[in-house]
Amino acid sequence: MTTSPIFDEMWGTDDSLRDPYRVFHEWFQGEDAARLRAKQRDADELFRLSGITFNVYGQAEAEERLIPFDIIPRIISGAEWYRLSRGIEQRVRAINAFLHDIYHGQEIIKAGRIPQEMISGNDAFLPQMIGVEPPGGVYTHIVGIDLVRTGPGEFYVLEDNARTPSGVSYMLENRETMLQMFPELFSRNRVQPVQNYPVDLQRSLAACAPQGASGGPVVAVMTPGIFNSAYFEHAFLADQMGVELVEGHDLRVVDGHLAMRTTRGYKTIDVLYRRVDDDFLDPLNFNPESALGVPGIMDVYRAGNLTIANAPGTGIADDKAIYSYMPEIVEFYTGEQPLLKNVQTWRCSEPEALAYVLDNLQDLVVKEVHGSGGYGMLIGPTATKKDLAAFRRKLKARPGNYIAQPTLSLSTVPIFSRNGLAPRHVDLRPFVLVSPGKIHVTPGGLTRVALKKGSLVVNSSQGGGTKDTWILED
Amino acid sequence: MLGKTANGLFWMSRYMERAENTARLIETGQRLALTRLGDSDDEWRSVLQSSGALSAFLAEHDEITKDAAINWMARDRANPSSIRSCIDLARQNARLVRTAITGELWEAINATYMSTNDMLARKVAERDLPAVLRAIRQNTALVRGMVHGTMMRNDIYDFLRIGTFLERADNTARILDVKYYVLLPTVSAVGSSIDNVQWESILRSVSARGGFRMEYGNAGGPQEIAQFLILDRRMPRSLAFCASKLKDNLRYLNAGATRPNASLRMVQDLETGFLSHDVGAVFEYGLHEFIQAVLDKLATLARQIEIDFRFYE
Repeated sequence: MTTSPIFDEMWGTDDSLRDPYRVFHEWFQGEDAARLRAKQRDADELFRLSGITFNVYGQAEAEERLIPFDIIPRIISGAEWYRLSRGIEQRVRAINAFLHDIYHGQEIIKAGRIPQEMISGNDAFLPQMIGVEPPGGVYTHIVGIDLVRTGPGEFYVLEDNARTPSGVSYMLENRETMLQMFPELFSRNRVQPVQNYPVDLQRSLAACAPQGASGGPVVAVMTPGIFNSAYFEHAFLADQMGVELVEGHDLRVVDGHLAMRTTRGYKTIDVLYRRVDDDFLDPLNFNPESALGVPGIMDVYRAGNLTIANAPGTGIADDKAIYSYMPEIVEFYTGEQPLLKNVQTWRCSEPEALAYVLDNLQDLVVKEVHGSGGYGMLIGPTATKKDLAAFRRKLKARPGNYIAQPTLSLSTVPIFSRNGLAPRHVDLRPFVLVSPGKIHVTPGGLTRVALKKGSLVVNSSQGGGTKDTWILED
Repeated sequence: MLGKTANGLFWMSRYMERAENTARLIETGQRLALTRLGDSDDEWRSVLQSSGALSAFLAEHDEITKDAAINWMARDRANPSSIRSCIDLARQNARLVRTAITGELWEAINATYMSTNDMLARKVAERDLPAVLRAIRQNTALVRGMVHGTMMRNDIYDFLRIGTFLERADNTARILDVKYYVLLPTVSAVGSSIDNVQWESILRSVSARGGFRMEYGNAGGPQEIAQFLILDRRMPRSLAFCASKLKDNLRYLNAGATRPNASLRMVQDLETGFLSHDVGAVFEYGLHEFIQAVLDKLATLARQIEIDFRFYE
């Protein structure tokens, strides 16, 4: 797989301009590099002013940083998107059915499609959720599916984000910036809008309110606080939806309902879009050390008086160990063949797989089962001998902690570099909203780009940037 | 509105106001230092005192020099009332209440933060000081303009205004507290050039020189200055003006309540008990005692507002 030529989304594999980029290319050729450089600076200034920042974990001072933005859009045709979004819908449908099953009858285990210990021995499985019926039957109200591309019609799911996917504010702000920078591009191309996302999100969340919620349901966004790396996004979404942004210490349980402390007393919340982890939701039911949560919130939830989005315990669906079973999961619950491909995955807990992984370490990507953000990961082909040896030891010590995958030749999209257009590897995270009987995929998503030449790591914490993602109206 | 949000709005505007007041105090001090012969350290002592930063300054410095005083008030992060600290804190509170304020207001505060941090990143050279202070006041005026021009007139606005006027009243009262002796009729050298300079410095510290001259020409003395800064309801930094704005906004927040909040009753008491007489009564009460009493009431009022609107619990 590593030897196949790299697919560029603008130039294909044979240097011939691909269709979705035709209009853009025409425009680009008429542009002056100095003017574009000035535009790039303007864009950076807009981001700085709007305060769209993230805090970097692992730095002594919780410094606010901008994620670099590249002005060259990533363009996907309507037809490509149609196929992709059908696959995403199918996958999200299956994830919700899987979660319901796992916390109820566990039919998939009884059918022998997933081993029992994958669930019972998994930290992401919450026994507190067994038998709980989430309002509207929805577990994952907001999902982000991480995709990579290797060819014209070849998309792979790299990861499902079923807990609290982030990045949607960048999707929106990137588009806003492009509209301000290059209005002429949008009159020449028909780009499907993403700007309805906050309204869609508000409606989708309200549609999942508990039965008893009278009048318009009250929605609130819960943040761990101003020092969280995604605080900007939490505030941004609350602002755009026109709802309150709350922290644990604004909340308490009053008369069996969740309520927020306002200047005029306590007011009931019906739907809590929480951006805190399960562990920090309720010190009575989960982590007793947590100062972020609300004592007793899980009791309100179990009594059916509150919608928590996403539901507690959804992490069992996006666990990297479960990932390898996704094709079975999709098939089991939808009765259909999966439309989206999974990356071939070796579960190192299995002795044969482990042996293969140890033998081929230099060609593989090894990930921690519970890791995220690109940390604790080994990229075989670029690793030093020392890294490989260290990982070999780790694998032998705790094989169940790891999975391995082949290194895919990720597609590239041009960025605007000092020397003009230059190809860089990208991934894509589309955002999906789920409400009773409805799955909505916003046409677009967050494209992350590895700004370093040849690099495959797109994470913002490790030198990645973002791009506006266009889905064309064909 | 969340109690926490009300708290954030209140402090955001308090810190913006404080930053501006501190900038004005530095300008006044610098002007006095430049227009006066001889030693000006006493002047910096009273400027530091007016900004409430004297004891903290003396804890870190052996003597009061112009450069150290300016540095302390403009850019030292160890001084919680320095311009830089205030702008930092105003922005931090703005981030906390980002959902309650308009995008334009947020951008104005963020831009103020960025440019202030740039300008105050290093020690400010004396020749650059006027331009830097002017730029800071322009920035804070932009923020005020965004509040006026883009914010809905609702409870969010009320908390912003309450923060502004509490801070401003406190500031005016403190300036009077430090300089009250200059305004006492018993001081011997009445009308001397020293007094004129001192009076002018008081007026400048609250941007009242132009207004005062418009009202009294060049004839005004200490009695008139006290009247102007304490009781004149047209003067936007007088104690009476600030109290009446506090009352208005607290009243809006009380609309529909069966019983007015304690904080509203307090500000009404402050108005009728202290700010509705003529200036003769103030001098009879004792100017110093009067100002002390007002400062006390302002502090109690701030605490009561926290309680009434559930800022913390």
